[in-house]
Amino acid sequence: MRIFTMNQSCARIAFLSLLPFVCGLCFAPSVPAATPPDAPPVFLIQNATVMTVSHGTIEHGSILIKDGKIAEVGQSIKAPAGAQVIDASAQFVIPGIIDCHSHIAAEAINEGSVSVSSMVNMEEVLNPDDLDIYRDLAGGVTSANILHGSANSIGGQTLVIKLRWGQPASKLPFEGAMPGIKFALGENPKRSNFSLPGQSRRYPATRMGVEETIRTAFSEARDYKKTRDDYNRRVAAGEKNLVPPRRDLKLEPLVEVLEGKRYVHSHCYREDEILMLLRVAKEFGFKVRTLQHVLEGYKVADELAAAGVGASTFSDWWAYKVEAYDAIPYNAAVMTRRGVIVSINSDDAEEATHLNQEAAKSMKYGGLSHDEALKLVTLNPAIQLGIDKRVGSIDVGKDADLAIYNHDPLSAYAVVQKTLIDGRVYFDREKDVSNRAEIEKEKKALTDKLKKAEKKPEERKPDEKKPEEKPKPPAPSPTPTARAGAVLGGAR
Amino acid sequence: MKRKKVIQLRSPLYFFNFLCLACLSCAPAARAQTQASSVYAITHAKIFTLAGSPIEDGTLLIRDGKIAAVGAAVEVPAGAQVIDAKGLQVYPGLFDAVTQMGLSEIGAVGATVDTTEAGNYNPDVVAATAISPSSEHIPVTRASGITEVLVVPASGGFDSGGSRGTLGGQASALHLVGWTIDEMVIKKSAAMVLNWPQIQTETFDFATFSRKEKPYTEAKQEYDKQVNELTDWLDRARHYAQAMEKGSVSKYDRDLKLEALALVVRGELPVLVFANRARDIRNAVEFCDKQKLKMILAGGQEAYKVKDLLRSKDVPVILRPMLSLPPDEDDPYDRELTQPAELAAAGVKFAIASFDNSFARRLGQNAANAVAHGLSYDEALRAVTINPAQILGLGSQIGTLEQGKIANLMVTSGDPLELTSEVRYLFIKGQLTSTENKHHRLYEKYLNRPKAAN
Repeated sequence: MRIFTMNQSCARIAFLSLLPFVCGLCFAPSVPAATPPDAPPVFLIQNATVMTVSHGTIEHGSILIKDGKIAEVGQSIKAPAGAQVIDASAQFVIPGIIDCHSHIAAEAINEGSVSVSSMVNMEEVLNPDDLDIYRDLAGGVTSANILHGSANSIGGQTLVIKLRWGQPASKLPFEGAMPGIKFALGENPKRSNFSLPGQSRRYPATRMGVEETIRTAFSEARDYKKTRDDYNRRVAAGEKNLVPPRRDLKLEPLVEVLEGKRYVHSHCYREDEILMLLRVAKEFGFKVRTLQHVLEGYKVADELAAAGVGASTFSDWWAYKVEAYDAIPYNAAVMTRRGVIVSINSDDAEEATHLNQEAAKSMKYGGLSHDEALKLVTLNPAIQLGIDKRVGSIDVGKDADLAIYNHDPLSAYAVVQKTLIDGRVYFDREKDVSNRAEIEKEKKALTDKLKKAEKKPEERKPDEKKPEEKPKPPAPSPTPTARAGAVLGGAR
Repeated sequence: MKRKKVIQLRSPLYFFNFLCLACLSCAPAARAQTQASSVYAITHAKIFTLAGSPIEDGTLLIRDGKIAAVGAAVEVPAGAQVIDAKGLQVYPGLFDAVTQMGLSEIGAVGATVDTTEAGNYNPDVVAATAISPSSEHIPVTRASGITEVLVVPASGGFDSGGSRGTLGGQASALHLVGWTIDEMVIKKSAAMVLNWPQIQTETFDFATFSRKEKPYTEAKQEYDKQVNELTDWLDRARHYAQAMEKGSVSKYDRDLKLEALALVVRGELPVLVFANRARDIRNAVEFCDKQKLKMILAGGQEAYKVKDLLRSKDVPVILRPMLSLPPDEDDPYDRELTQPAELAAAGVKFAIASFDNSFARRLGQNAANAVAHGLSYDEALRAVTINPAQILGLGSQIGTLEQGKIANLMVTSGDPLELTSEVRYLFIKGQLTSTENKHHRLYEKYLNRPKAAN
């Protein structure tokens, strides 16, 4: 987690350039993903406390699942012939958790070499074998917004995935979900907290420059759009022999933003930079879909509400850098009370395993109700990501993405028992626990074999490296280095 | 009937009311950290003493900073300030046994970080020397019921370029209240920090910005060199200690580093050994056993793998947060969460700590998660109260609610490990202590921001 001092295997603390020493440096063999669950049968979950989020809580409730969708929700549903019944007595069912800010399932996080890296796309680097997918599933997470890092004022393209562990990368994207793009303001894009050895400072180095970078990029995008629109209009009018404008892969996603076809998810902390971005968006006529982190959102909650922008924040993080020094755990509650759609996100594979607990803290800090707190990690992030017609609450017709707990999920004592996506059980705690002995046996057999083989060690020759093979700092690379890249580019 | 001042709070905005009441009852101290010393009686509470079964409808009496009496039939003396805690619960304050409280304000800003001195051997530096009593982390942390912390140097912060050193200095135990460090200190020198050397076959080279692999033999040589250096330091400290006993130190130059280490080799000061991997822990335990050092293991990510060794050598553990991902990909997903239950079953004594400042307030949450994964509730409570106190030799002063102990305790709305419970009253050194902090102030300020004209 974020214990960045004595902790030997902490996750990426974006701003902390020292971390490559202690994190992500051990190559563990990639564990092959499990085979995906079979085609969804008809499920009936019975006797559960069903927290629908949208229409209250049903005690001793049932959920009927057909073809991966929620077919019926109610007090007593008769099991249709052939239905598989899950007895959830004394258990609690909630909509699957949606993490609005995640960096799991990715081979790389930051293309940090330029200040506008809109040409890169997280979809190209999806890694379906990342174990963090499974670990987060075990925390009840069913969908996640996979974001580029925050090394650039305008970062890479992003996408929403479902945590379909065991499926290939092509099956992870959330079908029909609007694609996104990451923006970042403040210390990370201006690189306040670290420097790269041997490299001069990259523009921008101030918040003024961050604004200028975004405005310049959108000025270019507007011109590009006009050129393209003119061309299309002339083609439509029947003109012949026109030379099409050259494609600009950097500006295309920004044109999509201008056309409302791509969501902007912007990393930000301070109130001034938040309002700056809203002004720029107004100037160029696009919408900011979500503000990420937005730790000073509580200071400008009315402005956020008026702009109709979503806020996706942390529960209780603070003081890890200057722009997080005014962060308060009441942030989610204050913004909610002022009419902002708020979610609590993880930005971290470990934090994602207990987002239910993080949401619960807003009941203590700011007095949100049980339902309001639960919405922070279910319906609200679904709305923010434009997928609320499909997921986010337990309603007939929605995807059967569910998490089943042994206690009230807004308690630190609650443990996920099962996680379902599209009506298939992707995580089953009972199965996980009962498989452990088998895995341990297999591991022992493999290590014994390795030990035997190692009895005759071959002398290792040091690899000769050609100069051009020298790894470059934050370029896309296999996961462990990518983590170091995330560290330097700043995921937070 | 004798006159008693009764303070009763029920509002959810308890801390604001608390402040108002504090103003009424003790006007000059309105914004002060604590009120003047007096006699308090907490009545009609369910009291979890952690020294026997909970007392239903009990009374706890505080006098001169100490617990004067606790029980079901305690008489409330005249003039006592009475807190009617009907429906509330009383617990010992929590003890966070690894923090950098007051040594580090904003992690990423080197100028605000004093955690780690340069060089590998700094046994004579003491955390308490550089603790800022004005740190905003202190009131934020105590608002969640944490009344004591161990402040640990040599954690490798922004002030050190990532290196932590081997002998990192002395950790200080503090009450989380006081105008000066002297008022806060429970024990200035509570443990000597030893960052156990690791056999590192992989390092990160900043010059080329790439990972560097090192052959095992080379890494092992470096490790052996560090252990030999450490052994040498301890040998010299032993000789120095002998010279001190014979009063012959004056013949030599006084050596502050050896003087500090003399306490360690004489077994008067425990070594707080930071190690996580099983191999490192095993090496450290064997080393300390051979050197006859009093070892406390800190971190202990893989302590479960060497639990029998820890038990047989009576090495207690201060565990890092269990809300952590497993160290290896082939570990079960809940590897860290189930470890406390496993250690408890093996009879290993352990505490749970935050290893942090900003996340110190997740201490209870971590303990609760250990309960969710098999640890008994009682063991979990003890792991954040009396166990750390005992491990650091403070068990007779704090950690339980018993007569004669320092009155560090909280009155809560419920289970202090649960996410939604509130600390209604906090006592540190017997003083009714404010839970108001920077976060409350900003909350109040912006809650009351007039609606913006849009």
